Amino acid sequence: MIPINAVFGLGLLLFFIGLFGVLFRKNLVIMLMSLELLLNGVNILFAGLGHHLKSPRGSIFALFVILMAVSEAAVGFALVLSFFRSKKTYDVDEMNELKG
Amino acid sequence: MTAVFAWIPLFPLAGALLNGVLGIRLFSRRAVHAVGVGAAGLSFLASAVSFAGLLGAPGASVTRTLFTWIPASLVSVAGGRAVPVSFEMAFRYDSLAAVMTLVVTGVGLLIHVYSMGYMAHDRSYARFFAYLNLFTFAMLVLVLGANLAVMFVGWEGVGLCSYLLIGFWFTKDSAANAGKKAFITNRVGDFGFLLGIGLLLATLGTVDTAGITAAAQGGLLTPGLATAAALLLFLGATGKSAQIPLYTWLPDAMEGPTPVSALIHAATMVTAGVYMVARLHALFTLSGTALTVVAVVGVATAVYAATMGLVQNDIKRVLAYSTISQIGYMFVGLGVGAFSAGIFHLMTHAFFKSLLFLSAGSVIHALSGEQDMRRMGGLRSRLPRTYPVFVVGALAIAGVPALSGFFSKDEILAAAFASGRYGVWAAGLVGAALTAFYMFRLIFLTFFGPDRMDEEAKRHLHESPRVMTAPLQVLAVLAAVGGYVGLPRVLGGGAWFGRFLAPSVGEHEAGIAGGTELLLMALSAAIGIGGILAAHAVYVRKEGRPAARFVERFPAVYRLVSHLYYVDDVYNKVLVRGVMRLGSILGWIDEHVVDGLVNGAAALVRAISRLAIGFDGEVIDGAVNGIGSLSRLIATGLRGLQTGFVYNYALAIVLGLVIIIALVVTIL
Repeated sequence: MIPINAVFGLGLLLFFIGLFGVLFRKNLVIMLMSLELLLNGVNILFAGLGHHLKSPRGSIFALFVILMAVSEAAVGFALVLSFFRSKKTYDVDEMNELKG
Repeated sequence: MTAVFAWIPLFPLAGALLNGVLGIRLFSRRAVHAVGVGAAGLSFLASAVSFAGLLGAPGASVTRTLFTWIPASLVSVAGGRAVPVSFEMAFRYDSLAAVMTLVVTGVGLLIHVYSMGYMAHDRSYARFFAYLNLFTFAMLVLVLGANLAVMFVGWEGVGLCSYLLIGFWFTKDSAANAGKKAFITNRVGDFGFLLGIGLLLATLGTVDTAGITAAAQGGLLTPGLATAAALLLFLGATGKSAQIPLYTWLPDAMEGPTPVSALIHAATMVTAGVYMVARLHALFTLSGTALTVVAVVGVATAVYAATMGLVQNDIKRVLAYSTISQIGYMFVGLGVGAFSAGIFHLMTHAFFKSLLFLSAGSVIHALSGEQDMRRMGGLRSRLPRTYPVFVVGALAIAGVPALSGFFSKDEILAAAFASGRYGVWAAGLVGAALTAFYMFRLIFLTFFGPDRMDEEAKRHLHESPRVMTAPLQVLAVLAAVGGYVGLPRVLGGGAWFGRFLAPSVGEHEAGIAGGTELLLMALSAAIGIGGILAAHAVYVRKEGRPAARFVERFPAVYRLVSHLYYVDDVYNKVLVRGVMRLGSILGWIDEHVVDGLVNGAAALVRAISRLAIGFDGEVIDGAVNGIGSLSRLIATGLRGLQTGFVYNYALAIVLGLVIIIALVVTIL
């Protein structure tokens, strides 16, 4: 039996590593990877808490999130590729057009 | 039958409106004079029918109220009483009104007919007839008015028409100025007239002539008030009737067309003052002072104007001074209490003076507009129809027995003698001698002696058309026999005229013995004939040499008289120039004080608006611009937040999320 505190610790560690990556890395690919890490931290929390509470809902939500993460990754990489084609770089500092 | 009298003034009014509104543009000459003369004719017919009705009911007085002009309101009168006073548009027909309407419409009709010939070549034919009808209307309102307010409407109406007709040929400066002079001089008199009406209204609370008569006879007026009211009203009469001191406008009024001079400035309008005094005889009888003033002003005017008539060379001006002089006689009659005698002379004067004016017009017409007697002469055979009627008129005015002027003038002089005012009587006799002299001076200069016309006038010389001479002949008959309606008892007559008028103007008995009366008559007849003979001696037998010698011997006298006693000059220098100076002072005040105030106000407003502009620019615009630059400043600060970097936004989202969670947790 895995103690619930370990589940929280791993989940939150993965989430914050992912969050840190998304916010502070400058490479688009790394950022996407960090996003996956972030989502997986959440999945661990869902699945672990579901198991702990004897409810199937956590596992079901985890499956939804995986599904969503797949489509997100597909769309995200497509965007990254099209960005790379126009700018010839993965550096997000070049990506500053999201303003009025 | 008297019921038709209210129609008398309506025909001329309709004629004036038709000719004045439509006629000027639309009517042919024939239509214009059909309307104009037709209106005068119908009016005369109505007068005649009313008169016939009155003959059947002697002494009757019929009042017809057309409408209430000003509804009743309380007016506080003397003694602190408040009485309701209303002004009715009312006409009253009695024997005095009957005589006046007959004279106005009868002589008026003849003059309308005459005008068809005299004005035939004038461009403003319709305008002339419209004015003439309008005048007739106003004059009839004056004589029919049952109260002084209505009478005043007519009084002003005839003044207006007089102004319009004197200035009929308004492109001529002298005519336009003469019109203004007449109007303005009359204003002075009207001022007195209006004050008189106001005084009566304030004292008695009525302006109805019958009411005033009743009040005066009932002793409601104190002698002082009666004198004041009578003198104020008489001031109005001196203006309208051209008496001293307001006579100067009448000679200048001769600038108007001759039919106008005959109708307005001889037969009717100028006698309005006489009519008014006779109408209010009860008021005047109350005040011996007022009567004396009337008589003295009358006789002074009679003699004074006659002397000026002696030296005039303009044929119409001789007649103008003669008119002033004759109206003076009428006032003498009124002033000595013989009111019917004054009206009698008014009537006969209307006949012979309009005859003289129209005959003079015929002479002027024949001579292509020449009015100077020094360029006439010898017209006796050239104007065979004008000459005899002119002589009839001159004989009538000179007081030759058996003609109308003799009876009326003699009645006045007899009344003056009987009243004990021998000075007035003697001055009247002198005036009568002068009248005969200047009238026959005119006849002899015009019709006798060698002709003195220029060749041009002589070539065009022609007798006037029938349409002009026929009214002259009718008037000549009236001037000859018109006096017999008042044939005195001493000559076997019944003094019918005086008895007919008695209900309106009071009875008057001369109160002198028959023998004395015959003696007075003989005296005035001798004086009239003497004047004619003297004129014959001077101007025919000696061809004017005595007159020239007189001028040589007494140049100062001649200068004084021929300059009209310098009265016009004095009026010009003192009154006209005084008023002008007052005007220029007022003008200066207007320019400097009033305009200064106005300009000052404008400058003040400009200064205020300059302040307002400053306020607007600095404060309002400042606020608006301030808001603008403030938001720009804020925007500049805020713009820094929008970096465009995804990770910045993401950080913001996360931070925001953290804050919200923290808040939620804290609150919960």
